[in-house]
Amino acid sequence: MSITRDEVAHLARLSRLALSDDELDRFAGQLDVIIGAVARVQEVAAAGIPPTTHAAELANVFRPDVVQPCLGADVVLAQAPAAEQGRFRVPRILTED
Amino acid sequence: MSAPNELTTLTAAQMAAAMAAGEISSAELTRAHLDRIAATDDQVHAFLHVAGDAAMAAARAVDERRAAGEPLGPLAGVPLAAKDVFTTVDMPTTCGSKILAGWQPPYDATVIDRLRAAGVVIVGKTNMDEFAMGSSTENSAFGPSRNPWDLGRVPGGSSGGSAAAVAAFQAPLAIGTDTGGSIRQPAAVCGLVGVKPTYGGSSRYGVVAFASSLDTPGPLTRTVLDAALLHEAMSGHDPRDSTSLDAPVPPVVAAARHGDVAGLRVGVVAELSGEGYAPGVLSRFHEAVELLESLGAKVTEVSCPHFGYALPAYYLIAPSECSSNLARFDAMRYGLRAGDDGTASAEDVMSLTRQAGFGAEVKRRIMLGTYALSSGYYDAYYGKAQQVRTLIARDFSAAFDQVDVLVSPTTPTTAFPIGERADNPMAMYLADLCTIPGNLAGNAAISVPCGLAQEDGLPVGLQVMAPVLADDRLYRVAAAVEAALDQRRGHPLLAEANGITADREAGR
Amino acid sequence: MSTITVVPFEEAVGRYEPVIGLETHVELGTASKMFCGCPTVFGAEPNSAVCPVCLGLPGSLPVINEAAIEYTIRIGLALNCSIASWCRFARKNYFYPDMPKNFQISQYDEPLCTDGWIDVEAGGQTVRVGIERVHLEEDTGKSLHVGGSTGRIHGAEYSLVDYNRAGIPLVEVVTKPVAGTGALAPVVARAYVTELRDLLRALGVSDVRMEQGSLRCDVNTSLAPAGSAQWGTRTETKNVNSLRSVERAVRSEIERQAGVLDAGGRVVQETRHFHEDSGTTTSGRSKEEAQDYRYFPEPDLVPLAPASGWVDQIRAALPELPAARRSRLAAELGLSETDMAALRNAGALDLVAETVAAGAPAGQARNWWLTELSRRANESGTELAALPVTPAQVARICALVESGAINNKLARQVLDGVLAGEGSPDDVVAARGLAVVTDTSVLAAAVDQAIAANPDVAEKVRDGKVAAAGALVGAVMKATGGQADPQAVRELILARLSA
Repeated sequence: MSITRDEVAHLARLSRLALSDDELDRFAGQLDVIIGAVARVQEVAAAGIPPTTHAAELANVFRPDVVQPCLGADVVLAQAPAAEQGRFRVPRILTED
Repeated sequence: MSAPNELTTLTAAQMAAAMAAGEISSAELTRAHLDRIAATDDQVHAFLHVAGDAAMAAARAVDERRAAGEPLGPLAGVPLAAKDVFTTVDMPTTCGSKILAGWQPPYDATVIDRLRAAGVVIVGKTNMDEFAMGSSTENSAFGPSRNPWDLGRVPGGSSGGSAAAVAAFQAPLAIGTDTGGSIRQPAAVCGLVGVKPTYGGSSRYGVVAFASSLDTPGPLTRTVLDAALLHEAMSGHDPRDSTSLDAPVPPVVAAARHGDVAGLRVGVVAELSGEGYAPGVLSRFHEAVELLESLGAKVTEVSCPHFGYALPAYYLIAPSECSSNLARFDAMRYGLRAGDDGTASAEDVMSLTRQAGFGAEVKRRIMLGTYALSSGYYDAYYGKAQQVRTLIARDFSAAFDQVDVLVSPTTPTTAFPIGERADNPMAMYLADLCTIPGNLAGNAAISVPCGLAQEDGLPVGLQVMAPVLADDRLYRVAAAVEAALDQRRGHPLLAEANGITADREAGR
Repeated sequence: MSTITVVPFEEAVGRYEPVIGLETHVELGTASKMFCGCPTVFGAEPNSAVCPVCLGLPGSLPVINEAAIEYTIRIGLALNCSIASWCRFARKNYFYPDMPKNFQISQYDEPLCTDGWIDVEAGGQTVRVGIERVHLEEDTGKSLHVGGSTGRIHGAEYSLVDYNRAGIPLVEVVTKPVAGTGALAPVVARAYVTELRDLLRALGVSDVRMEQGSLRCDVNTSLAPAGSAQWGTRTETKNVNSLRSVERAVRSEIERQAGVLDAGGRVVQETRHFHEDSGTTTSGRSKEEAQDYRYFPEPDLVPLAPASGWVDQIRAALPELPAARRSRLAAELGLSETDMAALRNAGALDLVAETVAAGAPAGQARNWWLTELSRRANESGTELAALPVTPAQVARICALVESGAINNKLARQVLDGVLAGEGSPDDVVAARGLAVVTDTSVLAAAVDQAIAANPDVAEKVRDGKVAAAGALVGAVMKATGGQADPQAVRELILARLSA
């Protein structure tokens, strides 16, 4: 199993990381080693074994449909990098949802 | 170690008793710890934020309530250091990351809330590996913490700041989070008691997530009883955390007070020893097993055949969850924003901010997790790791059919020198070799000191693992080991820690 | 962009067989959001209905709103779906500024409801639309684009985000592909969304206000050469947000795709945007790389396992569904199929039923809502139900006419007054002095005047040409400002001229 520099560049784009060229080189080498190591899980005979996503075997944990107090616009906007008209100001968005 | 104020060397239980008896006030106690922090933290760097005024105010409030005759919890007035991963309304929460530098949460974590309600005095927020990813605190954006036993060595991680603070007598109590060993491993290398409660036993609400299905808040203390008192105060069902267990907290305090292992069936995990383990670690571990046997425990060797796959499974599951959990750090609503020059797009600003705000280990894990979840790779990596997780849980349940608890070394080596593994992620990952299986299965585990390695004189931890919601068994075993070793030694292990230099402290 | 000759619709459906599919998002009308206790309000101060959970603040955790699960099961049962005995939420990972966590909690391969159907009536026939799945997810925030000329995303200098909508429970209903409807495809699409809307309203799970965005459609369209067993490549037209637009979007995609295929081209699988002004679709911005949502089970939530007893309880409590209700009303009100169709299209069935319940004769209630009130709704650009007049008031107006207190012309003026907020029909009659003129001396004078002014007409009537009296009636009505009963006037005139 190995991972190429191009694949790392693709992962960086998917992860929204503007990696430098140096980092791409370094991470490509490191991720190659790490992925080689973690690929050992594929050695395990696991046919028919169900996956575990939760340690705790819980189900149906619900909240009643009751309104609780909110934070308030002033509180949430106080931590915003930029705000305008009671809203979070963000740079122009290129892609439509 | 330089002589700390005698108040700061008391155990939390002793402090609480002295306050209850009216011998000392919480204000005096808190002042003594703040002084100790001021005197030593330039060497230890356990704290990212010290809340002196708020702590003194909280201490005085407890004193007033006590004076008014109000009923108070068993830890009321005792100082505590909180890992900087818990949200706090009155202190910044950074997770050791530049991307959150200065972020002031508008809410308290449930654990923080409960501790405040119990009258515990929070003195500050401790250093950690960025977003709890690491085993040394070297991944903190704000510089590493240092091991009070040897300032040239790491205090472990990711809850290394919490461990360093308790080992340096800056606080008798600390809370951390354990995702793959992040409480137990620093406890082991700093000579402390560290507990990963059963997953779901302590609330994750307000714990900035690294890997949601593994993260578990828990105590770091100098004694087993202190750990139990803190465990009890911070745990219990939380309706804000869907994965929280709606069950009573196991009777951990009672177990810690009656460390009796007579007749207890103890299993030594065959797969967690041998090659790659430091000789001093193995010697102390084997002695601890012999000690348990001498105290009446029935010791057998138990095989958990899939534990060898725990580390690779963990390094797929945890990064996968983290790649998604950390996506929210995007410069839009809070935290760092980089590259917003008025022309850059939101997409660019996200990428530039994450590039500038995250350190190397976080980036590696985000990309690793992104890879493992990608279409075409999901089944071979993430899916397979989840199956391995099932097999590991089955290993545990088969083992617990035969024995009451399992034991192993907590970590393969003692504290390593700062910088030694910084450029070698795989070597760093090995620090969690023994602790990871417990996280994958969600059961309870503790690390309790079992002596110093002969080759370097540094602490070694004994790990005890118990089934889900049998956390009290951990305390039974750990209390027995602690009592026997303290008695044999004639003093607590930490009295031998001498990393902090007296002259530097005197020079304050 | 290459230019394509659009093929006229009739030709297009002559040569190609359309296959459509609809993905409909509906905001549920729960009191609180999907995973937190913030209220699900519309039009509140921006960012006032948010908390750490729906704002995705670090450390926050979701907890499932039980009512949202119950509502979704209700929808699933009404759509004849199977309800999963065990399923999970998943994370759909992609970065977007209006999504606070940069993942959406949704359902992926384990939806709560699967494999159902609903019958819709279109073009005089009943079409059974298969339901692939009904699943639950959370809504996103809303962006306001600033700068540029259009307020649209392209050309904007920056955007302003309000997260009040983020975390509102959103149900997605996905149909199976609907084939074999030919030229009816656009009408079927519209009829399906109409039926779904009515169903959701009847279930009480959503107020379904399309103009507020609480029901939003994505429309999939593909064409296959007529007679071909193989389906064509489909496009997905996003955010088609009115019933009329659903029909137009399908129609326009059929015409466009036929043009592409006629020219020997290949339909590209893509997202398209519908434009209300032109009624056409344009290609969405092509993405650099295919989306990889990296779905995985949401680790902050535990599985859903609705107990069969609970599901049975919900089933037993389902209200009368629209189709059954329509049959019952048609019988009770004695309305024809054509009337029923017209009432449904106008969204007037409930209003008519309520007007009848308030005492009006069915025929009159139907007429009022389908003609006079529909015209006014059109003029003011609102839905019928949004007009400021209640069925009870309409029934009262009918009663006033019936009793002879007002005539039809006056009744329209009464309605004007009610719509203008002047009070109840009786208030308007009193305030505007709209009662029919019954003072015979006033009427007699007006009749004499009309006869005097129109001697020729009067002569004809005297000669027995009774039909000519209409002109005199008109003159009297004019003289009395329309406030006379024309039948009474007519009788007065005839009496006077036969004397």
